[in-house]
Amino acid sequence: MFENLDIVSLQHYWFAINSLLGALLVFLLFVQGGQTLIKTIGKTEMEQTMIVNALGRKWEFTFTTLVTFGGAFFASFPLFYSTSFGGAYWVWMIILFAFILQAVSYEYRSKPDNFLGKKTYDTFLFINGLIATVFLGTAVATFFTGSGFHINDLNQSFWDSPFRGLELALTLTSYTTYVNLSLGLAVFFLSRVLANLYFMNSIDDSNIRVNARKSLVKNAVPFLVFFLFFLVNILLRDGFAVDANGVVSMQAFKYWNNLLEMPVVLVILLLGVVMVLAGIGRSGFVDKCAERGIWLAGIGTVFTVFALFLLAGFNGTAYYPSNTDLQSSITIYNSSSSHYTLVAMSYVSLMIPIVLAYIWYAWAKMNKVKISKEEMESEGHVY
Amino acid sequence: MENFDLSLVDWSRAQFALTALYHWLFVPLTLGITFILAIMESIYVRTGDPEWKKITKFWMTLFGINFAIGVATGIILEFEFGTNWSNYSWFVGDIFGAPLAIEGIMAFFMESTFIAIMFFGWNKVSKKTHLMATWLTAIGSNLSALWILVANGWMQNPIGMIFNPETTRMEMADFWGVFFNPNAVNKFLHTIYSSYIVAAVFVVGISAWFLLKKRDVIFAKKSILVAAIFGLVFSLLTIMTGDESAREVAKSQPMKFASMEGLYYGTTNAPLVAAGILENDPVKENPEKKDFAVELAVPGVLSYMAFLDTKAFVPGIHDLVHGNKEHGIISYFDKIERGKVARQALTDFKNARKDGDKAKVAALTAKFKDKDFLDNYFAYFGYSYFDNPHDIIPSVPISFYSFHIMVALGGHFMILFIVVLFFLYKDKLAQMRWLQWVMLWTMPLAYLATESGWVIAEVGRQPWVVQDLLPTMAAVSNIDSTSVMITFALFFVVFTALLIAEIKIMLKQIQFGPNTGGH
Repeated sequence: MFENLDIVSLQHYWFAINSLLGALLVFLLFVQGGQTLIKTIGKTEMEQTMIVNALGRKWEFTFTTLVTFGGAFFASFPLFYSTSFGGAYWVWMIILFAFILQAVSYEYRSKPDNFLGKKTYDTFLFINGLIATVFLGTAVATFFTGSGFHINDLNQSFWDSPFRGLELALTLTSYTTYVNLSLGLAVFFLSRVLANLYFMNSIDDSNIRVNARKSLVKNAVPFLVFFLFFLVNILLRDGFAVDANGVVSMQAFKYWNNLLEMPVVLVILLLGVVMVLAGIGRSGFVDKCAERGIWLAGIGTVFTVFALFLLAGFNGTAYYPSNTDLQSSITIYNSSSSHYTLVAMSYVSLMIPIVLAYIWYAWAKMNKVKISKEEMESEGHVY
Repeated sequence: MENFDLSLVDWSRAQFALTALYHWLFVPLTLGITFILAIMESIYVRTGDPEWKKITKFWMTLFGINFAIGVATGIILEFEFGTNWSNYSWFVGDIFGAPLAIEGIMAFFMESTFIAIMFFGWNKVSKKTHLMATWLTAIGSNLSALWILVANGWMQNPIGMIFNPETTRMEMADFWGVFFNPNAVNKFLHTIYSSYIVAAVFVVGISAWFLLKKRDVIFAKKSILVAAIFGLVFSLLTIMTGDESAREVAKSQPMKFASMEGLYYGTTNAPLVAAGILENDPVKENPEKKDFAVELAVPGVLSYMAFLDTKAFVPGIHDLVHGNKEHGIISYFDKIERGKVARQALTDFKNARKDGDKAKVAALTAKFKDKDFLDNYFAYFGYSYFDNPHDIIPSVPISFYSFHIMVALGGHFMILFIVVLFFLYKDKLAQMRWLQWVMLWTMPLAYLATESGWVIAEVGRQPWVVQDLLPTMAAVSNIDSTSVMITFALFFVVFTALLIAEIKIMLKQIQFGPNTGGH
C-alpha cells in the first residue's frame, strides 16, 4: 500500500503526522498550564490536592506525547533531530530538565519522608509548567523565523552561536526575538486557559469552578494578544521558500501565500481559532456549558497548531530554516529518512488510531466520576 | 588518529554512562515487578482472597515510586542521541529512529494509559478490567524494552542496511532483518529475563526484612512464594539466553569476546577462566603482555561456549590485532588500510559531486553497491579513523570483571531461589535468620549484576558506537566540552537527589507495611 507512494508523498505524510503529534502535545500542555495555577485556583490544602490529582492522572499523556514526538521526528526527519537537538543544546536540555523534575513530583509530593519536601515538588511542577510551555512555544516559533546553523556535505551540523539556542529568546535587540517569545507566551497562556477548562470539566467543587472561570478570562486576554501578535507577524514577514532544485530563498509574504495556496490549511486554521474562542466564550460566560469548553477549545487547539505546522513545512517551505546559511535550511525533502524507512514507519502509523481508541476508552472510564473531596479522603492512590 | 576533541568525547561518554546507568537502576524492577503484580492480582481475582489484593497493592505502591523516577531518568535518553550524539543520529537515524518511534507509539502509550487504570481504577472499573490493565501495563513496559534493544542490537551487529554516499548515512534495507537480528533477539530476551530476576530478588529481599522483623509473616511468605518461583524460572532462561548471547558476541564482536575473557593469545581448546585476577593494566603499545595473577580455568569450555566445539579456535586480542593467517583472521593493521580506501572513495565521491563530474559520481555510486568493495573495504569503514590498532581495544579489566561479576552473581541468585523455595516448602523459612539476611543483602547484588551486564555490553563494544562502522569519537555533537561538563554535573546532582528521595520514600512505605493501604 505505502510502497506505491513516492518519496515526496511519504515526506508530506510524515510531516503531517509529526504536526499532528505536535498539535496534540500543545493541547496536552494543559497539564503544564494547570501546574502553574495550583495555588491560584486552589485556596485550601484540599482544593490544591484535588487540582494536583486531576492533573496527575493526565501528566503521563503529555510526557509520552513529547517523547513520541521526538521519536517520530528522529525516525522520519533525522536531520532535523540531529541538527536541532545537537545544536540548540541548552534549549532542549532546559526543557528536558523541566520534564525530569515533573516526572517524580506527582508521585513524591505527598509521600512521607520525601527528602525534598512538598513545597519543593510543587515548585518543580510550577517550573515545569512555565518552562515547558514558554520554551516549546518559542522553539516552534523558530520554524518560521529561523535559527543560526550550517550543515556540511557529510550532513554534519554546526550551531553558529555559543549560546546554543538561548540566543533566539535572549537577543533583545532583535525584533525577531519578540516574535519568537510571543509564541512562547501565547502557548503559556493557552495552556492555562485549557487547564481552567479542564478543571471545570473534571473537578466536582464549586470554589474551584468559580476560581477557574475567573482565571480563564484573565488568561484568555494575554493569550489572544500574544497569539495575534505572532500570527500577524509571520503572515507579514518574508518566509523561507524552497524550489524544485532544493534552493532556498527568501520570499515576501511566504506564509500568507501558503495560506491562500492551501485553502484546506486556511480552513483548519480558522476553524481551530473559532473553536478555541467558542470554547472559552461558552465556558466563561454560559453556565450550563461550563463543562464542555475543554473539548471545543482542546480540539480547536489541535486544529490551530496542526495548521501552523503545515504552514511551516508544506508548499515548498523550509520548516527549520537557517538565517546564517540559507542553503543549510532544513526542508521536508532534504531531511527525511529513506523511502524504505518511511514506508516501514507508515505501516506502524496505522496503529495510531488503535492507540487513540484505547486512550479514549481509558480517559472516559477514569473521568466518568469527577474528582471530589470524598475520593481524596478515601484510601486509594492519592498524590 | 584524526583531530577529535577528546575531552568532549570523554565527557559525552561520561554523561551517557551516568544517565544510562541511573536509568537502569529503575528499569529492571519495572519490567519484572509488573508481571509479578499481574500474577498476584490474577491469584486475587481467581481466589477472591482479599489478602492477595492487599499484597498486590503493597507491591504496587513500591512499583509506583520506582516507576516515577524511571520515567524521569528515561526521557533524557530518548533525546540524548540528538543532543550529545548528533553525528551519530544522522549517520544511523534512518535505522535507529524507527525503533525509537515505534517504542513511543506502541509501548509508552500502552504503559502510561493502563498504568492510570491500574493505580486509580480499583473502584472505577470491574475486577477483570483492572486485571487486564495490570497485564497490559506489564506488556507495555516490556514492549518498550523490545524496541530500544532492537536498536542497541543493531549497534552491536549492524545488518539489514546499505550505505548511501549521497546522504552519508546508513539506510535501512530490511526491516525484518533489523528486527530479527540474532544479536537483538538474544539481547532482548536476556535483558528482560535478567530484569525479572532483579524484581524477584527485590520482592524476596524486602519480604525477608518482614520475616526478620517477625511481622506480616503470611504476607511475606506469600510474596516470596510468587517471587522465588518467578525468579527461578527466569534464572534458568537467563542462563540459556546468556549462553546464546555469548555465541553471538564471539561471532560478531570477537574483540569484545576476547576482552571479557581476558584472552590475549588465541588457542584451540580454549579454557574458560571461571574466576581470576588480572595483573596490571596492559600497556597500550604492548597489550599482549598481560596475563592473570590468579586464575581458575577450565580447558575447552570457552571454545565450546563460543562455537559449540571444544576443539574450536578462539581468537585472542593478539590474533585480532596482528592477524592470524592460519585461522583466516585479518589484522587490524589491514583493516585500517582497507577502511581508509573506503573513506577515500567517499571523499572522491563528495569532490566529484562538488565538481559536477557526473561520470565519476556514477562510477563511485556503482562502487558503493559493489559486493567486493562492500565486503572487503567498506565493512571496515570505521577503522579509517584510527592509525594505531591498539586504540581499537576496549578496556580489558572493565570488560573482564564486569562480565565475571554478572555471571557469578547470576549463579548466586539461582541457588538462592532454590534454597529459599526448599525451606519455604519445608515451612522453615520464618525461622532461618541467616537465610533471611542473605535474602536481604542479595538486593544490592541484583543491581550490581544487571548494571555490570550493561557495562560489558557497552564498554566491551568500544571504541565503536556502531561496530566496525562508526567510532564513538566521530559520533559526538559538535559542541563545546564545557557545556557537556555542566550538564553532566547537573544530571549527577539532580539524579542523585531524586535517588535519595526515592529510597527514603520507599523505606518509609516498607516500614508502613501492607496493612496501612499506602500513604
